[in-house]
Amino acid sequence: MRFAIMLLTAAILATAGTARAQVKIGVTISTTGPAASLGVPQRNSIALMPSTVGGQTVEYRVLDDAGDSTKAVANARKLIDEGVDALIGSSTTPASLAMIDVAAEKQVPMIALAASSRLIEPMDAQRRWVFKTPQNDSLMADAIAAHMERAGVKTVGFIGFNDAYGDGWLAEATRAFAAHGIKLVATERYARADTSVTGQVLKLVAARPDAVLIAGAGTPAALPQKALHERGYAGKYYQTHGVANADFLRVGGRDVEGTVLPAGPILVAAQLPDSNPIKPVALDYVRRYEAANGAGSVATFGAHAMDAGILLQTAIPVALRSAKPGTPEFHAALRQALESSEELVLTHGVSNMTPQDHNGFDGRARVMVTIEGGAWKLLP
Amino acid sequence: MDADIALILLQDGVVNGAIYALLALSLVLVFAVTRVILIPQGEIVAYGALTYAALDEGRLPGSVWLLGALGAGAFLAGLLAERRVLSPGGVSRLAAETLAIPALVAATALLLAPRKPGVAVDALLTLAIVTPMAPYLYRLAFQPLAEASVLTLLIVSIGVHLVLLGLGLVFFGPEGYRAPGFSDTRFELGSLLIPGQAVWIVGCTLALIAALYLFFEHTLAGKALRATAVNRLGARLVGIATALSGRIAFLLAGLIGTLSGILIAPLTTVYYDSGFLIGLKGFVAAIIGGLVSYPVAALAAVLVGCVESLSSFYASAFKEVIVFTVIIPVLLWRSLRSTAEEE
Repeated sequence: MRFAIMLLTAAILATAGTARAQVKIGVTISTTGPAASLGVPQRNSIALMPSTVGGQTVEYRVLDDAGDSTKAVANARKLIDEGVDALIGSSTTPASLAMIDVAAEKQVPMIALAASSRLIEPMDAQRRWVFKTPQNDSLMADAIAAHMERAGVKTVGFIGFNDAYGDGWLAEATRAFAAHGIKLVATERYARADTSVTGQVLKLVAARPDAVLIAGAGTPAALPQKALHERGYAGKYYQTHGVANADFLRVGGRDVEGTVLPAGPILVAAQLPDSNPIKPVALDYVRRYEAANGAGSVATFGAHAMDAGILLQTAIPVALRSAKPGTPEFHAALRQALESSEELVLTHGVSNMTPQDHNGFDGRARVMVTIEGGAWKLLP
Repeated sequence: MDADIALILLQDGVVNGAIYALLALSLVLVFAVTRVILIPQGEIVAYGALTYAALDEGRLPGSVWLLGALGAGAFLAGLLAERRVLSPGGVSRLAAETLAIPALVAATALLLAPRKPGVAVDALLTLAIVTPMAPYLYRLAFQPLAEASVLTLLIVSIGVHLVLLGLGLVFFGPEGYRAPGFSDTRFELGSLLIPGQAVWIVGCTLALIAALYLFFEHTLAGKALRATAVNRLGARLVGIATALSGRIAFLLAGLIGTLSGILIAPLTTVYYDSGFLIGLKGFVAAIIGGLVSYPVAALAAVLVGCVESLSSFYASAFKEVIVFTVIIPVLLWRSLRSTAEEE
């Protein structure tokens, strides 16, 4: 037994010796638990990131937080104690919100892969350290409301997740609908694990809206749409960018044909016009991801992690000019460099960060997409 | 709300309630015979649904390998437990039970899966793959502790639940699957449109309840199970192998759980972690039945289903809260009525 422990220690020391890196990036994402469909492609994307940046070796430490806020905070503390220069994570809004305190306390820049704009707004002394790669909900909600107005929709029914995702969307959608003169006539909620939404759907159908907006993430968002079809609802269907992966198409099948949703341009990268600067970056990511994980495996969620990687690859060389990795000065310089990215092309859009805006995306970071013949199709 | 909507909601509630009833029955059965509160039953349901969905797509489900691993584990656990009384006959019987069956099932699955043999064969194959996991789990985790307290068994049960949950993610992945139903036909009954799958679910539940009744009343094995449930020691004294009773109880629970999974796969998208909540609702029903009464548990399950569907109409944001609150008055009433009883 003692011999085994000695061997193990020796092995650990040996690997630690060879893997001594100059820059350390700590990653905590949800590769298990309810958000695993976000975390797994994100982990696979981390594996695609370069091992040297600006002449320095970069080491990535990836931990799993299972979508649990407490675990995410513990992971963040552990990573910072190990001396990481930046944090990436987590995959969900609640877990990322909980990590803000740690990042601000230890003054380590953190790039969240979760969608809610509450992560970076309102900008304060804590959120100075927090950046975010996914598009703000408000950007997507405005796009939906604008599309509805153009399509002549006057009344809309809302059915969303019974959690932070649904709450965030309900708030943003209510605001966007009011701005475009659209009336919200029914608001229903359901849980990710529900086996039936008959009750909610009956109420939606009874309110006779011109369109229904389903605010769910991943394959569970197909359930209300299937139930609405079953009850003969003939209006328009809108989904959110939370459904933009191949599994939604597989589960939804024929029932989700014609659905309209906003999404990051990477979802339809091949259909973008050649003049779009995002196209080559996005296509390059898709090619590398699918080469490593199989054809058709790419998901837009993983690209958020890639965007965090691109942000760091751009910021690290700048920060290296003024400080050495592992020092508080380097962390501050890295934060400063992240904040001043200009016209940086990512897989999901073009980022212009400012001290007030730690997301930096504009209208170029979303396209309207519909589902046609079981595939995503770019809407003009 | 008018009468039409009420009818649709009730129909929905009865269909979901039928699934909860199946789970409640298996929980009562396992608890009565082995005193184990079978938390992992939800995972069996999810495994059943996901295996069925994978076979339907013509893929070989990962659960085939899990079955082999659990079988091998059960084989080793069996050898260890009976190391003092091993005979060649005993070893070969154990090997047949724990090694040959998974090998046979895996071979059949390998042969049939890519050919998409149709829903009936898929369902049978799913039953063959997932059902034996339950008795293997019993051998591995519960049989060595058969005499332990209910609390210890509950802790082990939660442990098994967590292990199966993690294995589910490894073998099936994080995404959900949906499978086709047994029938696409719809029956019109007044203003109600009853889908064929609903008829299948309620029919299967009723048939299983009848079969369980016949099994417990009219077969020797069933009577032995009941005897074990009433008094473990007494059952042993009259020559009933209590370990075998435990395995049979788990086998039945595995069968019911897998069947529930196959039945719900066409209704909703099932994830590796969907089973727990479904199992929990079955558990609410089983608790209302005091973990002893089959008919009360079955009726309570239908009640849970109806409460769920009505609350999803009136207050969808509080649906789960309402469903799980149902248990509180029942617990109060039970604890006031019954005198405390130590084991």
